[in-house]
Amino acid sequence: MAEARQTVERPLSPHLSIYKPLINMVMSILHRLTGAALYFGTLLLAAWLIATAMGEVPFTYVNALFAHPVGQLVLFGYSWALVHHMLGGIRHLIWDTGRGLQIWQVNALCWLTILCSISLTVALWAVGLALRGQL
Amino acid sequence: MAYRTPLARVRGLGSARAGAEHFWRQRLTAVANIFLASFLIWLVATLAGADYATVKGTLAKPQIAIPLLLLVVSGLVHMRLGMQVIIEDYVHSEGHKIAALMLSSFFTFAVGLVCVFAVLKLSFGA
Repeated sequence: MAEARQTVERPLSPHLSIYKPLINMVMSILHRLTGAALYFGTLLLAAWLIATAMGEVPFTYVNALFAHPVGQLVLFGYSWALVHHMLGGIRHLIWDTGRGLQIWQVNALCWLTILCSISLTVALWAVGLALRGQL
Repeated sequence: MAYRTPLARVRGLGSARAGAEHFWRQRLTAVANIFLASFLIWLVATLAGADYATVKGTLAKPQIAIPLLLLVVSGLVHMRLGMQVIIEDYVHSEGHKIAALMLSSFFTFAVGLVCVFAVLKLSFGA
């Protein structure tokens, strides 16, 4: 790609801040954001696995971090990001086949993504906590 | 199109010389990750709050360790491709872009090696 060397301050065309947020635009941004969050969140998985491999003391330490309210919040956010990115990915796979690209279908799929990601994540945590008698 | 040689058309790699490889790998790993990430959610949910011996014993089982290793490989390939797109979209200076892409690769390989090493150690080691 050619390097654009700006020598004169030229006016820019209207960008993000001027547009009314639309559901497909918000879902597109969220898909990228959750993807980036999952990227760095792999450190959580790596920490859990390596601590378990290292022995009981590191394991107990990492487990305590995850069990702390802040840790639980991070894990909740991570699980939502994972579910949301997965559902968004399925939406993109549907679009890849050329289906669901009418405007009303696009909007419906986008609303479905956010509604399902939130309810599915809450349901997963509710079931998980209920099974261990913490709810 | 008239200027392209028949050989270039057959190879189908386009001007970026990588063809649809990036796109296709992203989709391939995406489909795999639907199953593998669901497995991870189930695994973490069932192991939450479990004691050390249980977690260690579970992660050492082949039927757990193998999908876990598949997830690490498929997930990291997917996320490295994704981060590459983000970097290429937002980092415009050529030097910074190459540095960021290198860092992203280093991060991916480091995380991957730690995860794979840990799972294999649990499976084969003490």
